[in-house]
Amino acid sequence: MKFQKLVSLLEGNLLTDHNVDDREIAGAMGADLMSDVLASIEPEAVLLTGLCNPQVVRTAQIADIQTIVFVRGKNPDKETIKIANQENIPLVSTDKGLFEACGILFNAGLPSFETTTTDDCSD
Amino acid sequence: MTADPRQISDQVAESITRSEELAYELRIHEVMTKNVHCLSPDITLESALEIFQRERFSGAPVTRGDKLIGIVSIEDLIRALREGNLDDPIKSYMTKDVISVRVYDPVVEALKTFARTNFGRLPVLDENDKPVGIITKGDISNGLLKALQRDYQNEELIRYRASHLFEDIESHRTSLILRYDIRKGDFIRGGNASSNIKRALLRLGASPQVARRCGIAVYEAEMNLIIHTDRGGTLRIEVEPHKITMEAYDDGPGIEDVKLAMKPGYSTATNEVREMGFGAGMGLVNIKRCVDDMRLISTLDRGTNLYMTIYLNDLENS
Repeated sequence: MKFQKLVSLLEGNLLTDHNVDDREIAGAMGADLMSDVLASIEPEAVLLTGLCNPQVVRTAQIADIQTIVFVRGKNPDKETIKIANQENIPLVSTDKGLFEACGILFNAGLPSFETTTTDDCSD
Repeated sequence: MTADPRQISDQVAESITRSEELAYELRIHEVMTKNVHCLSPDITLESALEIFQRERFSGAPVTRGDKLIGIVSIEDLIRALREGNLDDPIKSYMTKDVISVRVYDPVVEALKTFARTNFGRLPVLDENDKPVGIITKGDISNGLLKALQRDYQNEELIRYRASHLFEDIESHRTSLILRYDIRKGDFIRGGNASSNIKRALLRLGASPQVARRCGIAVYEAEMNLIIHTDRGGTLRIEVEPHKITMEAYDDGPGIEDVKLAMKPGYSTATNEVREMGFGAGMGLVNIKRCVDDMRLISTLDRGTNLYMTIYLNDLENS
């Protein structure tokens, strides 16, 4: 899914200095716990989260996450936006809830990147 | 390493801000046309036209002695030609209220002047008001392009040197050690060390996959030091051509039940920490998934040592 389409589907606001460009998003995940994100996410994904702090951007940078969407109208502080600009990770804010936002993207054909975590730790 | 499209757009984004930066760094004398041909105000427009044609000028300063008294452009000559006055002296058609720039000013001053006025070229004066050059928008574009090219070559050179570090240095065993002190409770800077480690590995020529695996492992370890220790701890990363060894150690409080700590979903994190998005009980599990070898040694009241190793295959080395 194109970044531009994602933003319009979620009626989102772009918070970073990015152009609404045609970068491609491969899949999505909704989570508030960063270790859960690191456990299943794959590169080029969008992360939908209600968590709103610099750690989200750090996590995204470490895990090669493509875009972050803050749900329920949350807006991160200046520091978080600054790091996101530095790391070239677009931040989007939407008034929709996590459940609704995920549902919209899933219905539009964006695959889920969430995996079950079991005791079996082999890849 | 193959560059993915996102990296290219990174570079594009960087070069945009870089050119803006350069407009402040570059001085006008670095981009202007030097050895400027000054005209006497008394020569005819006809002879100015000849000079312009011969030298392919589009404009020239008009000086008396060393003093700038005007500027004459190809547009002025066209105007004179249309009015049939090519035998007049150029002083009757030149622009007299000349706006000039200073030779040691940053290029951005010229850009501002171009934006403010409608002029296509500006004479450049030295500290004694003597014209020493002429600057056009084209000169600025060329100067910026050359400076960007120079930047790019320097960056390539640094990248090349970093990725060939291990080939250039001969020893029986070469390694590079990175150390980071992690403070307890420092959530604000949490992840900075891991971020730097990931960047360093990419610079050293690691594949994006390896950099990502190391990044996730060391990030979880870093957050553990921030959340669970008494006084913080240390991250120590040793990079060798065939493997990357990462170690996180602290001096307390130690883990009561290491086996339980390894269980997915088990966490001793407080609600406060969970509200910040940590304490999912997946940290050690994630680390184990990302590295080839992991050892956790902990003594209650003494501290914890976490060893993580990623082996690099021959493909990575080359």
